Amino acid sequence: MSILELTSASRWYGNVVAVNDITMQIGPGVTGLLGPNGAGKSTLIAMMSGFLAPSAGTATLDGATIWQNTDVFRKIGLVPEREVSFGYLTGRQFVEANASLHKLPDPKSAAAQAIEVVEMADSAARRIGTYSKGMRQRIKIASALVHDPGVLLLDEPFNGVDPRQRVQLMSLLQRMGAEGRTVLFSSHILEEVEQVARQIEVMVSGRHAASGDFGAIRRLMTDRPDRFVVVSSDDRALAAGLMVEPSVQAVALRPRGGVDVEVSDFGSFAARLPMVARDAGIRLTEVAPTDESLESVFSYLVAS
Amino acid sequence: MNRTIVWLSAQSLFGRRRFLLLLILPAALVALAVTVRALAGTDVGYEEIVVGLGLGIALPLVALLATSSVLGPEIDDGSIVYLLAKPVSRRVVAMSKYVVALGATVVFGALPLLALGFITAPDRGAETFAWLVGGLLAAAAYSGLFLALSAITRHAVVAGLLFVFFWEGLLGNLLVGIRWVSVGAWSRQVAATLEDTIDLPIGVGTAYALIAGLLVAAGGVWFTGQRLRSFSMRGET
Repeated sequence: MSILELTSASRWYGNVVAVNDITMQIGPGVTGLLGPNGAGKSTLIAMMSGFLAPSAGTATLDGATIWQNTDVFRKIGLVPEREVSFGYLTGRQFVEANASLHKLPDPKSAAAQAIEVVEMADSAARRIGTYSKGMRQRIKIASALVHDPGVLLLDEPFNGVDPRQRVQLMSLLQRMGAEGRTVLFSSHILEEVEQVARQIEVMVSGRHAASGDFGAIRRLMTDRPDRFVVVSSDDRALAAGLMVEPSVQAVALRPRGGVDVEVSDFGSFAARLPMVARDAGIRLTEVAPTDESLESVFSYLVAS
Repeated sequence: MNRTIVWLSAQSLFGRRRFLLLLILPAALVALAVTVRALAGTDVGYEEIVVGLGLGIALPLVALLATSSVLGPEIDDGSIVYLLAKPVSRRVVAMSKYVVALGATVVFGALPLLALGFITAPDRGAETFAWLVGGLLAAAAYSGLFLALSAITRHAVVAGLLFVFFWEGLLGNLLVGIRWVSVGAWSRQVAATLEDTIDLPIGVGTAYALIAGLLVAAGGVWFTGQRLRSFSMRGET
């Protein structure tokens, strides 16, 4: 059972702050590190894996400083986002080399076991240069698992992995978490994170925006006011009709047609909109969310 | 030294086409020596081929290619993180990389001096052997120096070329003081100490040459280890 801990950790490059004053504790089980691109997720994983010194604050594993401490790698298995560039090695050679670097008593059998776990036994004799993205991802994971680490850090592990392999990887991570390992993986896709992790840490613009059970985070995200644009045969009449609805917080007419609607309760709004339109004899031609981007969801979280 | 890292580094050096570049330089020089011998007979162009081209140009270039191949690309593309995320001292990583680069420089840079010497002037064996010893010191020092350059900058090849051609070549010929900080000058000093027939107008002293060469070699490895200890994976997200 290992605990990764960041305490008031910040990292900046000149005037640019990559992560700002982060305090978080990652314990056994699967934790998802969620945030849009550029939020500081990779920076955080680099600090947790000893590949970046915090500019301020501390990063520790079970109380031991991680930076410039190669002993932590006995406990940590790291799957960086970077590609494996050892294309001239076979998958098996690569994983065995990793096992040897960990000075395992039987590197060959440890490698064979790790390769089995990621279901790459059939392709292990092929050169990595011939692998698909998903296969490279799995061989990277095998190399990180080969020494049976108590902590597994994965940076965007599902990138480029096809749906079937994604499901396999997800169940692998869940299994590792259930075994009591500390598993942290980053992703910019909420659905991906909540399928695997119960605990979610949300990063936005280098800040720790939210932390907690995925249900709570999901509620925070869905409780925010939604914004839609509705285009109809009579926008002004529709706006007047919608304003009466309790689920609608604000309406605004667009100069070139369409009504911007801010909604507090999406469920009621979805049920009432067609009724309002029908009662007023208005034909709806378009209903579309205007701020469904992940960035807007995250921005809302930060503001709240 | 770590056997696995030595093996991986050797794979990265010899397992790719870059390896052919290492072969081309000594092969071209041997071809040149054979041609000169066939056209002009023995003892013609010995200094130019063995010392000027072999020791002065080919050997440092081979060292530069070898060191930049075993370390540079892995640092540039960040894949060295796979080697460094292990409970292995970074100094051991640096030493292992150095051993592979040095081995390649000795085989493709220093040992060919023997072939070049014996082809162009078979009866100057003692002198050729002296140049080989000088070449071994140069191989050790250049490998250390260029390994450190690979750890500092992604433009290590350019920096190394500037060192060899501008600093040691051009300035070394114009300013005699450069000999104190010139790997080539130290190797010539060692060769001249071993063989009286080698004429060295102004030397640096054998002890200085040896100590300076070995210090640069050891310092380069130590510095590379320090750089690897602080290797940072800069997050994009």
